[in-house]
Amino acid sequence: MTMTPNPASQSQPMINFKSVNKWYGQYHALNDVSATVAKGEVVVVCGPSGSGKSTLIRTVNRLEDIQKGTIEFDGQDVNARTLDLNKFRSHVGFVFQSFNLFPHLSVAENICLAPVAVLKKSKSEARARALELLERVGLAAKVDAYPGQLSGGQQQRVAIARALAMNPPAMLFDEPTSALDPEMVGEVLQVMKSLAREGMTMMCVTHEMNFAREVADRVWFMDQGALVESGTPEDFFSNPQSERARKFLSDLRSH
Amino acid sequence: MADIFSILRDNWTLLLIGQYPHGPLGGLAITFLLSVFGLVLALPLSVAVALARVSPFAWLRWPATVLIYVVRGVPLIMFIFWVYFFVPLLIGRTVSGFTTMLVTLVIYEAAYLAEVVRAGIEGLPKGQTEAARAVGLSYMQTTFKVILPQALYNMVPAMISQFVSTIKETSLGYVISVNELTFAANQINSTLLTKPFEVFLILAVIYFLLCFSLTQFARSMERRITRKRAGTVHASGIRAPTVAALKVTP
Repeated sequence: MTMTPNPASQSQPMINFKSVNKWYGQYHALNDVSATVAKGEVVVVCGPSGSGKSTLIRTVNRLEDIQKGTIEFDGQDVNARTLDLNKFRSHVGFVFQSFNLFPHLSVAENICLAPVAVLKKSKSEARARALELLERVGLAAKVDAYPGQLSGGQQQRVAIARALAMNPPAMLFDEPTSALDPEMVGEVLQVMKSLAREGMTMMCVTHEMNFAREVADRVWFMDQGALVESGTPEDFFSNPQSERARKFLSDLRSH
Repeated sequence: MADIFSILRDNWTLLLIGQYPHGPLGGLAITFLLSVFGLVLALPLSVAVALARVSPFAWLRWPATVLIYVVRGVPLIMFIFWVYFFVPLLIGRTVSGFTTMLVTLVIYEAAYLAEVVRAGIEGLPKGQTEAARAVGLSYMQTTFKVILPQALYNMVPAMISQFVSTIKETSLGYVISVNELTFAANQINSTLLTKPFEVFLILAVIYFLLCFSLTQFARSMERRITRKRAGTVHASGIRAPTVAALKVTP
């Protein structure tokens, strides 16, 4: 399996959903979703809770399996039988709502674990890279702290550094700020914005509509497992096409 | 009361170390050795059984589950008899009471500890496994680098409680003449003949002091772990008081 992007096909999408369907028993969790995230693009996925946004993003690195359709990540069929799942996942940056740092490991150890265990980097090399990444998310001073000693915002920034340590071609964010106290949302969004500016391909499930306005190239709106709308932030926010999107936006504004 | 002290004065070495150095080691020393070795040897076995029990493979899950249910459904003394009568048949030579008791305890404790370890594994937030798998760690790497270190640490108090049970269970070694603490007390009782109340009160107090202090130790460990976890509950998405988080931040 090769994960190096083919330079000849720059137009090739980074993530490509084709007629993706998923059921939980009778419940149709993903209803025929087809869409693409281009290389270098920032896509924000929004929609009411239970609309399938998180399920969709979790299918990309196969935290959720799908029953029908195909998903390609960087040209690789995610559900191919021959796929080396562990190796594949190591190329997909994933950030969770609940951070999920390993509480028994220090910040540096959290970041170095996979580079050493999966990419077989040396410990010193991995640590040097961890320091570099911590510098980038503004937490170099916390390198030897434990997750329990950090605030939620700091933990989430470490979680982003942990994902970046694997040099992923794209980053997936599953409601990265939803578990945070309001005053900590900004610091995490700041890191995400700087990533976007550096050209990282990003797919973010989030309720932060200001982030979507400012950073997203496109906004996807999901409802009841289906991708209802996809457009630029300007179009989506000023001129939503569907009744459901209009209702969603007016509900957001009324808060 | 004076009787108790004079019994203790005359027999404390027998209670503590048996006839050693003029004869075999016994008394509290053997009770302690049985408990410690029993638990230490049972621990790796219990981790293996627990891992089999939560394994995605049915062919591993089934035997482990059966073992646990069988052991938990049978009194320890039955196990002692089985090992006592069948192990010599199996290996073709006699086995000392100590070894018999140790083998029995290891099997028995492994089954109980396996359930403790399983509870520790299943008590961790699902996000821990997901985060480990999402960065590309394999099932085994996730288990040994992320899940087990946390599960075993969280289970330390439960393991100490299990150790306390084991100490009490070693007294059953008496029925196959393992010269542990109860055996020593009974020896004293047979010599004195007229002081069973005093002798067995001494025995009870020794067990109680040992087990009570270990139970207290388990409780203090539990508080410590709870405190330590309070600082990290944020990691599992639950809002935690920030006092713990602020305390250690330089």
